[in-house]
Amino acid sequence: MDFASLVFYFFAAILLLSALRVVTAKNPVHAALALVLAFFTAAGIWLLLEAEFLAITLVLVYVGAVMVLFIFVVMMLDINIEEMRKGFWDYLPIAALVAGLMAVEMVVVLGGDRFGLTAPAPLPADFSNTKQLGLLLYTDYVYAFELAAVILLVAIVAAIALTLRRRPNRKIIDVGWQVRQTHEGRIRMVNLKPQKPEAKPVEDDE
Amino acid sequence: MIGLDHYIILGSILFAIGVLGIFLNRKNVIILLMAIELMLLAVNLNFIAFSHYLNDTAGQVFVFFILTVAAAESAIGLAILVVLFRNLRSINVDDLDSLKG
Repeated sequence: MDFASLVFYFFAAILLLSALRVVTAKNPVHAALALVLAFFTAAGIWLLLEAEFLAITLVLVYVGAVMVLFIFVVMMLDINIEEMRKGFWDYLPIAALVAGLMAVEMVVVLGGDRFGLTAPAPLPADFSNTKQLGLLLYTDYVYAFELAAVILLVAIVAAIALTLRRRPNRKIIDVGWQVRQTHEGRIRMVNLKPQKPEAKPVEDDE
Repeated sequence: MIGLDHYIILGSILFAIGVLGIFLNRKNVIILLMAIELMLLAVNLNFIAFSHYLNDTAGQVFVFFILTVAAAESAIGLAILVVLFRNLRSINVDDLDSLKG
């Protein structure tokens, strides 16, 4: 067994164990942290497959952004874990049956040496996966790339619009409203007749 | 070297674990979202394995787009979850019955 397969089996074992931990963890925070571990080991396996850019992207985008978002949401919600765990294992037989059948079917259909593909020769050390991916992404897939950007924009707008909470009677100053005001709405001109002030009574002191 | 079937089997088992998680965590929408992430990870692993063995970078481009869409999906999903919890004080799937479906 060479070094690469040793690394593969090591990472595969950690990946499967942490994935099992994600779906069975009692505390959602533990599940999120196990998912972080799963993403890290998946990135390691992707490095074995010479997809360096995507491995780094997985760590930066998934562990750095999406999982932090998950952990934030888990900590924002005040959920009752005991209530949630009630009847957790009730569906285990049917779940294990379906999942096991699914895995066995996929292994039977796809496993073995069906595709007749052998591992290509390792690329030279100065080969840039990022450059190769960029050349493909900005030429053949540029339309899909722009669509992906639009999807991200829609996600930003949707997430903000969903969670934005408008509070009534905030003490906010609307500058436009202030500028639009004229003196008609504010000042009432009153025509006053001029009149003499009453004469003061003369004080006579001795 | 490791054969392609190793990666495919690993992806299949990972996908099945995601399905298992969806069955088990019926009361917790957050863990349902995490199980969906696991399944997407399994799919991405398959894409990258085939991309490597076929010597075709298009598979990696697909993974790039799947990552983008999955990030958007989890952001919107978590936003919906926050609004849901604000309104119902619960994230139990059984409580989401206001549409009577």
